[in-house]
Amino acid sequence: MLDTFFQALVQGTLLGGYYAIIAVGLSLMVGVVRFINLAHGDLAVLGALLTLALIQGAGLPVLAAIMVMLPLMAALGWFMHQTLFERAMRGGFLLPILVTIGLGAALQNGMFGIWGSNTRSLGADIGTLSWAGWSLPGGIIVGQLPVIIFVTAVLVIGALHLVLKKTRLGRAIRATAADPEAAEMCGVDARRAHRAAAAIAVALAALAGVFLAMRGQVTPYSGPAQLIFAFEAVVIGGIGSIWGTLIGGIILGVSQALGGLISNQASLLTGHLVFVAALIWRLGRSWAADHGGWRASVRAALAARGLRRNARRTGDLP
Amino acid sequence: MSLLSVTDLTCRHGLLTAVRGIGFTLERGETLCIIGANGAGKTTLMRTLAGAHVPAGGRIALAGRDITAERAFERVRSGISMSPEGRRLFADMTVAENLRVAAENGRAGGWDMDRVLGAFPQLQPLLDVPAGRLSGGQRQAVAIGRALLSNPDVILLDEVSLGLSPAAIEGLYQSLSAIRESGEMGIVLVEQDLTRALGFADRVLCMAEGRSELQGPPADFTRAQITAAYFGIHDDEARHA
Repeated sequence: MLDTFFQALVQGTLLGGYYAIIAVGLSLMVGVVRFINLAHGDLAVLGALLTLALIQGAGLPVLAAIMVMLPLMAALGWFMHQTLFERAMRGGFLLPILVTIGLGAALQNGMFGIWGSNTRSLGADIGTLSWAGWSLPGGIIVGQLPVIIFVTAVLVIGALHLVLKKTRLGRAIRATAADPEAAEMCGVDARRAHRAAAAIAVALAALAGVFLAMRGQVTPYSGPAQLIFAFEAVVIGGIGSIWGTLIGGIILGVSQALGGLISNQASLLTGHLVFVAALIWRLGRSWAADHGGWRASVRAALAARGLRRNARRTGDLP
Repeated sequence: MSLLSVTDLTCRHGLLTAVRGIGFTLERGETLCIIGANGAGKTTLMRTLAGAHVPAGGRIALAGRDITAERAFERVRSGISMSPEGRRLFADMTVAENLRVAAENGRAGGWDMDRVLGAFPQLQPLLDVPAGRLSGGQRQAVAIGRALLSNPDVILLDEVSLGLSPAAIEGLYQSLSAIRESGEMGIVLVEQDLTRALGFADRVLCMAEGRSELQGPPADFTRAQITAAYFGIHDDEARHA
């Protein structure tokens, strides 16, 4: 029993690596550009199908195909932000949501038109890596691919952290995230910083899509489910926090794995419940911060309740 | 040819006209102080000069070159930088990072990190402190330092002393005096403290309801004239009163 529990814990942690990669781009877009891209999952699938096309159509090795695909997807992110997202952001808060829903639908149907509705996988192209594993003490078995994905997640997030902290582009992106107008007054082209963030976000989504296709199968309509997982990891880990997405991804992955011990159906449900709990906790914390802390806000709420009850008793309130 | 030339500048916020046909010139080494009551249009004028607000009409030229259509970051590269009202520091970034953002994206020139820290020595021990934890005076020093690191020809300083302690204001003006004495740039300053503004400026521009009510060297005007202009009281109105 304990073995099964630890096995689930390890598998869930490694699954969190995948969630972190798909979530970190979304977190970057929300944190820096203040833009929620609802086509993020579809862009991940596009990255996977493009990589498949480069491998199976152009005959490139897997790593070379990924290396070709990533800059292409980054360029697509830059282009989409320049031509679509920037205009949508000028139209109020609702327009970006509608535009990215439309973009997602267009991407799904476009991919369906090009590649059809069959499920596709990169499993066959990566040989034994798709199933090979290591045996750890205590009877725990870890797959090599999940470990590679987890290590990649840590490296990607670490690299992104260094870029944001130590480079001129990173400082410009962080300044723009804090105050776009003040950043422009320091000579930063805020639109360019936003486009750079969008390029990084789309490339990371595409990388996540490749790992998704290595772990299992994708169809042109797999994107929305991936968006939900990414969104959950971002919220659990803290919106805009780069390392938080890794923690959020791990919590989500572990929740799903532990839920899977109950039943297959409980796996996803447990993840969603943890997300809802995290959301309520974050909203509560934010509310408490606005009211002078947890104790003060609870005391104020109780006092207000008492006042209302007294007023009702004395007839001051209807 | 003037360093900065503003002609018939008009700015709107929707239906409200905040700046009406303002014009002035500024030379290198000169300090122009803009005064006026709250709502006179001073900050809108400053934001428009910095490129953060698009004017409805008029022209802004820097060393004869029309920069009216340039965005804020382009104006920084052309030679206008601003310390905005409220300081607008990047709160989660350290003081050093705040300064580096300006140094990396502005123009090259005589103002580097060492010189800024020389002008504002109080920032030296605070370089690794997040800007959000600084006091008002320290924040203002970072904001001005950031503007200086762009190596501007014209520096815009909006509400320099607002919300600061008397000691912080005194220290800040000592640093500003040194910058002015260097004669490297023209300074446009918005200041609520009339006495300090009139003592510091080479020329004063008094605004009321978006208009220029009075403009020239402070010595050319009596205190009563300046006070009347500050509140937008015209001679004929004063007579009727």
